[in-house]
Amino acid sequence: MNPTLAAVLSVGLLVAALVVVHRPLGSYLARVYSGTTHLRVERLLYRLSGVDGDGEQRWPAYLRSVLAFSAVSVLLLYGLQRVQHWLPLSLGRQNVAPDMSWNTAASFVTNTNWQSYSGEQVMGHLVQMAGLAVQNFVSAAVGLAVAVALIRGLARSRTDRLGNFWVDLTRGSLRVLLPLAFVAAVVLVGFGAVQNFTHGFDAHTVQGATQHIPGGPVASQESIKELGTNGGGFYNANSAHPFENPTSFTNLFEVFLILLIPFSLPYAFGRMVGDRRQGYAVVAAMAVICLGAVVASGVVEAHHPGAAPTAAGASMEGKETRFGVLASSLFSVGTTMTSTGAVDSWHDSYTALGGGVTLFDMHLGEVTPGGVGSGLYGALVLAVLAVFLAGLMVGRTPEYLGKRIGAREMKLVGLYILVMPATVLVFTGIAVVTKMGTSSILNPGPHGLSEILYAYTSAANNNGSAFGGLSANTMFYNVTTGLSVLIGRFVPIVFVLALAGSLAKQQKVPASAGTMPTHTPLFTVLFVGVILIVAGLTFLPALALGPLAEGLA
Amino acid sequence: MSTVDVHSGRSTSDGPATPGGPHGPRRTTGRAGGLLDPATLARSLPAALAKLDPRHMVRNPVMFVVEVGSVVTTVLAVVDPSVFAWVIAVWLWITAIFANLAEAVAESRGKAQADSLRRARTDVTARLLVDDTAGERAVPGTELTVGDRVVCEAGDTIPGDGEVVEGVASVDESAITGESAPVIREAGGDRSAVTGGTRVLSDRIVVRITTRPGETFLDKMIGLVEGASRQKTPNEIALNILLAGLTIVFLLTIAALQPMAVYSHARQSVIVLCALLVCLIPTTIGALLSAIGIAGMDRLVQRNVLALSGRAVEAAGDVSTLLLDKTGTITMGARQASEFVPVGGCDPERLASAAQLASLADETPEGRSVVVYAKERYGLRGREVTDAHFVPFSAETRMSGVDLPDGTQVRKGAAAAVMHWVRQGGGEVPDGTSAAVDAVSGTGGTPLLVATRPAGGTAEVQGVIHLKDVVKEGMADRFGELRRMGIRTVMITGDNPLTAAAIAEEAGVDDYLAEAKPEDKLALIRKEQEGGHLVAMTGDGTNDAPALAQADVGVAMNTGTMAAKEAGNMVDLDSNPTKLIEIVEIGKQLLITRGALTTFSVANDVAKYFAIIPAMFASVFPGLDRLNVMQLHSSTSAIASAVIFNAIIIVLLVPLAMRGVKYRARSAASLLRRNVLIYGLGGIVVPFVGIKLIDLLVSHIPGLG
Repeated sequence: MNPTLAAVLSVGLLVAALVVVHRPLGSYLARVYSGTTHLRVERLLYRLSGVDGDGEQRWPAYLRSVLAFSAVSVLLLYGLQRVQHWLPLSLGRQNVAPDMSWNTAASFVTNTNWQSYSGEQVMGHLVQMAGLAVQNFVSAAVGLAVAVALIRGLARSRTDRLGNFWVDLTRGSLRVLLPLAFVAAVVLVGFGAVQNFTHGFDAHTVQGATQHIPGGPVASQESIKELGTNGGGFYNANSAHPFENPTSFTNLFEVFLILLIPFSLPYAFGRMVGDRRQGYAVVAAMAVICLGAVVASGVVEAHHPGAAPTAAGASMEGKETRFGVLASSLFSVGTTMTSTGAVDSWHDSYTALGGGVTLFDMHLGEVTPGGVGSGLYGALVLAVLAVFLAGLMVGRTPEYLGKRIGAREMKLVGLYILVMPATVLVFTGIAVVTKMGTSSILNPGPHGLSEILYAYTSAANNNGSAFGGLSANTMFYNVTTGLSVLIGRFVPIVFVLALAGSLAKQQKVPASAGTMPTHTPLFTVLFVGVILIVAGLTFLPALALGPLAEGLA
Repeated sequence: MSTVDVHSGRSTSDGPATPGGPHGPRRTTGRAGGLLDPATLARSLPAALAKLDPRHMVRNPVMFVVEVGSVVTTVLAVVDPSVFAWVIAVWLWITAIFANLAEAVAESRGKAQADSLRRARTDVTARLLVDDTAGERAVPGTELTVGDRVVCEAGDTIPGDGEVVEGVASVDESAITGESAPVIREAGGDRSAVTGGTRVLSDRIVVRITTRPGETFLDKMIGLVEGASRQKTPNEIALNILLAGLTIVFLLTIAALQPMAVYSHARQSVIVLCALLVCLIPTTIGALLSAIGIAGMDRLVQRNVLALSGRAVEAAGDVSTLLLDKTGTITMGARQASEFVPVGGCDPERLASAAQLASLADETPEGRSVVVYAKERYGLRGREVTDAHFVPFSAETRMSGVDLPDGTQVRKGAAAAVMHWVRQGGGEVPDGTSAAVDAVSGTGGTPLLVATRPAGGTAEVQGVIHLKDVVKEGMADRFGELRRMGIRTVMITGDNPLTAAAIAEEAGVDDYLAEAKPEDKLALIRKEQEGGHLVAMTGDGTNDAPALAQADVGVAMNTGTMAAKEAGNMVDLDSNPTKLIEIVEIGKQLLITRGALTTFSVANDVAKYFAIIPAMFASVFPGLDRLNVMQLHSSTSAIASAVIFNAIIIVLLVPLAMRGVKYRARSAASLLRRNVLIYGLGGIVVPFVGIKLIDLLVSHIPGLG
């Protein structure tokens, strides 16, 4: 089949699948987070941990719970890596070094999954399963919880209660992520992904060399890695490894898993605020930008000028040949648009503009559709901004879903949109002019700039994918990317929960003909404009010196 | 206007309510155009330059950044002079000055008004009453304290705000209202408030001072129109926060750009970085924001409305429920004859004639309306009746009428009273009479019975005059407009529910509150607010004060009591309750203008990026010249053009900021479509064109080309 046609069909299939699934899943999510009854196992968990499952929290308490849970998670994950050698299922692997343990712990707890190690060589099965996989679940559940708290802030009125973090966390893990991940893992196993506890086996290559191929609980990691927009691979090769991603179908299926929850959550949002059209407007804006990036990436990868790409029909460098150029570029957009960071091809080796697309995807702030939970709360914050800008133009104090956007709300929105660019730009600025930063660069010139920019963009947006080319496992990069990861995750959450608290307190303004509609195609267009202009254009100068300078040369 | 209908029908409003339409007279004329008039700009220039003081600039973070950029580029231009450096430095200063100019022009219009008000506050000598001796003592007006009693006689200027405690006088309030017709002020009731600075034209009154000197209404007014007491409104604060946030984001972008440029061997001069920064931060809205606010208040002053807080102006835009008093707002102040219903087989012409005769001497609006109706409907000219004896209305007889020279008596009045008079005069009340009276009442009208008694004959009922509340022309359309804007109108009336329903139906209001007492009004406002609505109302009486205070927008009539004026957050000097609708429109217009210019400003950045980024880096990375979609002449001309465009657009938008974006009563969805198209899309396209045009010019300047 003509590769372009195949790509169009793949994308079409993907869109169709998401269109079909997002409603039932969205409804289910809305029910999960609105329900008042607890499962037996949940009640048991609450009793064991001393949580009042029926008590709700104010926003500071909710925030404290998020931060406390995350802090404890970091410590546990750090400890687990530090002592893995003495624990079962370690496969004889050594204890992980302190700086790498720290980096890994911070990265997995923040849903980033930046990996400065090779999974199959450093981590034993126990750390993979009891440490990393658990964080893959709960970090995604934390994102969902924060998003749900913000939705409640918009949906409720005259209350200071945003729900109970522990309940939201438990429900997200047990009722949403666990069953979905189980089904997905079974599908992956069915198509050839590996799931065992072997130490691996040795294979003899054609050239007569011996190659050790480690096995392990791969499929179960893989499913939650995509579903929870985590991205940390069992193997260093991530989704390019045939044990993680065996066939073209699993490749497409993994993209589907990546996009599944982020694209279903807006429907849940619509349900929870009592107006499904609101959810459609948000999801439409996400989809427009995401599809635009898919097309842009496919076009630049398939039509890049140059002798080699012309001979091959497309730019093959860095792509997974099993899947082809377009399936790879689709995966690259899916993973960078969702803060996943799983890769089935090397972004560093994309054409300059194709690499630029992956960068730009993240520069939008991971909101189209963004990570699990984090994508929706980021998108809603930008929606508030869009409402503020446009809402004035109808002659009223801007209001979103009946909530007035006043000084306090704008302050929080302003601070939110400041955090990511500030983190990325400041660290990139420092890195490009210091020896510590530039000595890690593999490719000089604009490409080197893209490598550094990518590293901090990926970290601050909790994406976790690496551009490659940059030797990021140095003290300087471990410290600064580690900081970026933490700042990029938790500082915005502070503002989101404060915003939720401030919105929940307000009395709703009833909608009338004088209310700016936020469910119309026009609003979607405005929303897209705000995302592109306010969030995206900030990085245009940096992109001009990196991918654009290289790609337009 | 009072909340309770007075059945004598006398209009209780002595304000010069504008007849015929909601658009009251403007305080000044000839304000359209001329805003870019070089003379105006030149006059405001010194003020604009004075505002360059950093202590003033720092209050506006966006423009403060521009000023810092101007200083930095100037220093660099002095140290290392070049045409480019000086062009950028000068135009950055111009950007800052233009911003101040916008504010200064807006303020200058207020200053002129303040000056004319100040003239009214010339040093007044008060005639202070000394209690026990009942004598008086001359003291300067500035030394009065609350509770002092002063005497004012014809020709005296009232020394301070107060309440008439004794006497009645006609007062010239033109210093404040601009309206030259004198008004009556008297002790007791709802017309007892007097304002310092106004002049007594006749008679003598004793005024008890209620406000300390320096805090009088006139002082407040002067402060307001001058903008001296202007405080940032909630939405303005929110917008400022957003603008500051965007400014910080761009500061970071620029700060991080230099290291990246250094890495790329494309180090930029600080002048270029300053130019890029100033182009990217939202200077257009930053420069015009305070002018928009001042102009919004000014637009109210032009319509003779004083907003005692800027917050109220904004709230007016958000109002979703309007409480309108029926009398004077929805209906004409008084009832008017709308039908003559003959009873007992009376000839309609005879009834009309009798009704007219009975009303000839009746100077109430109702009486005059009977004369007019008879003339228009039956062609009966008003007759000069000589030697007739007029019987005035009295509360006791509840009738009025005339005794003609031939002895014929004609009476009109309340049905029961006239029936009694007929029976006393030996007449019979025909069967259909009560039915006709009830029919008129049933439709919400007021029935007046007409009867005659020829000399020596028996009294005879002629028929019924149907007095009706006449809804002002165009009100139904107006309410339809409000409905499209998403505003619900509620009519407040002291009438019974039947009457209220009939008038509500005719006027096209959405709801009504009948037999309303002041406390009902308050309860209604509370209920609406609990539902999340913002409520606006007008009022003038002391018993309106609690409701005025509770309402989000409470417009007190200037004719009203001091209590009402103090409770409300706006005062309408024309005392025209219909103006509430205009106030809402002005509030909306203010917010729309702010939003439109913000959107425009942010959208402008797209073109500026495309001008400046290739200009900065195309020398090192020639491929980036492909971003130079405008095909600008050179890197220096491109940067200069972007900076010049950025400055000029401010001054070009000053008239829009002052006048406000055109507002039409439409649904929010349709307003949004229109404004997004004009200011959003326009904001993206206009700078591409503008920068290109400027580039065509500046590329001829040696040293820039």
